[in-house]
Amino acid sequence: MKFLETLLNGLSSGSTYAMIALGYTMVYGIAKMLNFAHGDVIMVGGYTLFVTAMTMGMHPLVALLLAVICCAILGVTIEKLAYKPLRGASPLAVLITAIGMSYLLQSMAQMIFGSADRMVRLFDLGKINIGSFRISAYTVVTLSCSAVIMVALSLFVKYTRIGRAMIAVSEDKAAAQLMGINVNFIITITFAIGSALAAFAGFFMVLKSPPVNSTLGAMPGIKAFTAAVIGGIGSIPGAMLGGILMGVVESFAQTSPVIAPFTVAIEFSILIVILLVRPSGILGKKRREKV
Amino acid sequence: MSKFRNVKWKQYVAYLLLIAATCYFGFFGLQRSLDRITTILLEKAAVAMILAVSLNLVVGFLGELSLGHAGFMCVGAYLGAKTAVALTASMGPGNELVILLISLLVGGVAAAVCGVVIGLPALRLRGDYLAIVTLAFGEIVRSIFENLPDEMFGGSLGQQAVRYIRHHLFIIGFILVILTLAIIQNFIRSKHGRAVTSIRDSEIAARATGINVTKYKLMVFTISAFFAGIAGVLFSFTQNKVQPTTFDYNYSIEILVMVVLGGMGSLNGSLIAALLITYLNEQLQIVLTGDLAVLRGLMYALVMILLVIYRNAPALKVFREKASIKNLLAKLKTHDPSKIHDDEASWDRVPTKIMVDEVLSVDIQPQSPYTPDKQWKEEK
Amino acid sequence: MAETVLKIENLGISFGGLKAVQNLNLEIKEKQLYGLVGPNGAGKTTVFNMITGVYKPTTGTFYLCGENLTGKSQETINHKGIARTFQNIRLFNNMTVIRNVMVGLHNQPEYKCGMFTSMLRLPRHFKVEKAMRQRAKEILEVVGLLEERNSLACNLPYGKQRKLEIARALATSPKLLCLDEPAAGMNPHETQELMDIIRLIREQFNVTILLIEHDMKFVSGLCDELTVLNFGTVLAQGETKEALQDPEVIRAYIGG
Repeated sequence: MKFLETLLNGLSSGSTYAMIALGYTMVYGIAKMLNFAHGDVIMVGGYTLFVTAMTMGMHPLVALLLAVICCAILGVTIEKLAYKPLRGASPLAVLITAIGMSYLLQSMAQMIFGSADRMVRLFDLGKINIGSFRISAYTVVTLSCSAVIMVALSLFVKYTRIGRAMIAVSEDKAAAQLMGINVNFIITITFAIGSALAAFAGFFMVLKSPPVNSTLGAMPGIKAFTAAVIGGIGSIPGAMLGGILMGVVESFAQTSPVIAPFTVAIEFSILIVILLVRPSGILGKKRREKV
Repeated sequence: MSKFRNVKWKQYVAYLLLIAATCYFGFFGLQRSLDRITTILLEKAAVAMILAVSLNLVVGFLGELSLGHAGFMCVGAYLGAKTAVALTASMGPGNELVILLISLLVGGVAAAVCGVVIGLPALRLRGDYLAIVTLAFGEIVRSIFENLPDEMFGGSLGQQAVRYIRHHLFIIGFILVILTLAIIQNFIRSKHGRAVTSIRDSEIAARATGINVTKYKLMVFTISAFFAGIAGVLFSFTQNKVQPTTFDYNYSIEILVMVVLGGMGSLNGSLIAALLITYLNEQLQIVLTGDLAVLRGLMYALVMILLVIYRNAPALKVFREKASIKNLLAKLKTHDPSKIHDDEASWDRVPTKIMVDEVLSVDIQPQSPYTPDKQWKEEK
Repeated sequence: MAETVLKIENLGISFGGLKAVQNLNLEIKEKQLYGLVGPNGAGKTTVFNMITGVYKPTTGTFYLCGENLTGKSQETINHKGIARTFQNIRLFNNMTVIRNVMVGLHNQPEYKCGMFTSMLRLPRHFKVEKAMRQRAKEILEVVGLLEERNSLACNLPYGKQRKLEIARALATSPKLLCLDEPAAGMNPHETQELMDIIRLIREQFNVTILLIEHDMKFVSGLCDELTVLNFGTVLAQGETKEALQDPEVIRAYIGG
């Protein structure tokens, strides 16, 4: 029973990671850059929830919708202001700008909301009894919601015009452009979707623990990013797999008091080991330069 | 006459300035006429300069992004402090300098070993992937030191450190800066440095030209880590306690900001930027108190973004060329194109900009070629 | 009878079932100018990639002066004496011309200089640097780039970049120099000049040259012997004139 409970907990936090990792992976696939500021979009989502649901007293679901919109707009704005001017510049420059953006968002949030934690209490989710088995409703909600979102995303990418255009752009930007695909539009859409997913992740995170502060997204961001790399960055199923793996490992590591403090070290060690064995991640495509 | 003209004095400006600064402040320091604020500032500046110069070796010259420089520093600081504490207990006071030197060596070597360890994945990974591995490494190191039993490294409270030679430590710090600069600069300006920059420009061509890429990548990571470790030990001597939270990911980023601000591939730039940022940090800490402290982070972030965009945006290329100081100066000077100067004298013109798109692209894995259907096997 | 420099036996490679090159047999004698020609996608560059260690061949072996180098790393193969240029130029763009060549000189035994010697700037370091610079100038003079030695490699015009690649490859003092489409993108005048340079190189550096080229005039004017590839298999082999008159070759090139 204990095992199953730990596994379910791991799956639910893993699906949150997967949701964030999807944002990283999609942006990487399309724009070929690591959006370091992605984790901080989660934090902005958390604060939006705080303002809408707590300060203005809106219904949590309305608040969620607003947070999603807000994050999507933020993601697009970041792309237009910071990343677009650098398209075609060295990837190192883009990466450093992204790191700067992450810093900027954090300090801006700290300036506006101060450094104290803000509490966001949306629902009071109790526990669900199934016979003698008790699981928290949070786990059920997170798991089911993220499953729905991920399936929807996969279908979207596979079966819609925009989704297929995304695949085309990720394969070859120049060729896609020649085929009449508006690459700029696709990149914008990708940032919007990725950031919207981050807002969902932020929602799940505040459901689990209410305090929101300026570094809310930093650690989950880095972990999800690790998850995306483990799964093979640029691959959507890879991000899901990596995220879930991350959550499950974390959940099991935390059951043992001896190992618990080293959870972070273990997670990152897994990353290093996997990258050494498979340099492009578990499901990542191996590409090589033509000589 | 011609001999005199050939003196490459430009190469030595940084050394001269550093030595002058050391003598100037050292003189007042020995007379105890410097206030505490200045000595602290000088100590911090020395640590920052060593860190920035050593990180620039990896980022600017090898062209790989390392986000775990604070991790190497952390190893150096902890082991240096531990060594110093142990040695003080056994050797007693009076041997400060010897203890300091031994601690520096222990911390540096320990960090260098970590450099080899992190250099190994660097052989297989490039660009973004390597960046995340170095970031992970930094976090692993920090969390290990934080969570080991308290008896070993003091746990989350931090490792006890010894504070020696309070007023004169910065002199030693500056001497270390000069040594670091000399060694790294000499390395870069030698055939070995040329090999390293060739790997940055095109790894495939470097291999085809017979450069031992493996050796040089490991070497660069080791040297860089060694000096980060030295900086860590120096840092530990300025503290009462070495705390794990100091060395978090933000600290690595701060070092990276120095390198970016000073210009990737420019050691003098790194020195200036390290000085500037340390000074600003201290001053802003005084000016911006309470809630305003956030402004500091905000400013850094903005400066970093704007600077990188200004320097790299393809759309601004024409503008950049127009506004560059070099070109403005060139207009003032009359240039005689018929005369060819050897670039021997301008070793400071080690290329400073990474523009090659492929340098950081993840797709390139020349060392693990496409696996043919049936792997060729050595004939027995 | 001149000594055999490169001997390729039954060399082949396949990617995902596609046989890019198969059953390649070649023998290049000392100081020969050997051409490898064929239509686009015939597998010429793949051959280069195999003999320089970028790809590990699926089948077969190749020998340099009798030494089996199959499956060795790129660095080792270069040390043993095969140097190459690239079809899409790969220079060290942010370095000056002369330093590009000096990177090529890096592994020459006479310029050996340990890392610590360099770090401490012992006299040996200065001696080696000076000697390398001198040698690099000599090589640049041969290919006619001495004047441009201090400009950045990326600022050179296309034709000169190709020459610089040759100079860099030569600096590693190879026994066999592999040139991948050296005349691509050059105008007729430059092509003529390049032909002279290649002949000069062969004499001055005592090197055997294997080259890939599309320009038939270039090939027939320069090469002693040829191998014509098509779809990874050998169409014809032998003296340049005869090989080019082979009906199979004409069909592959002109069609019909």
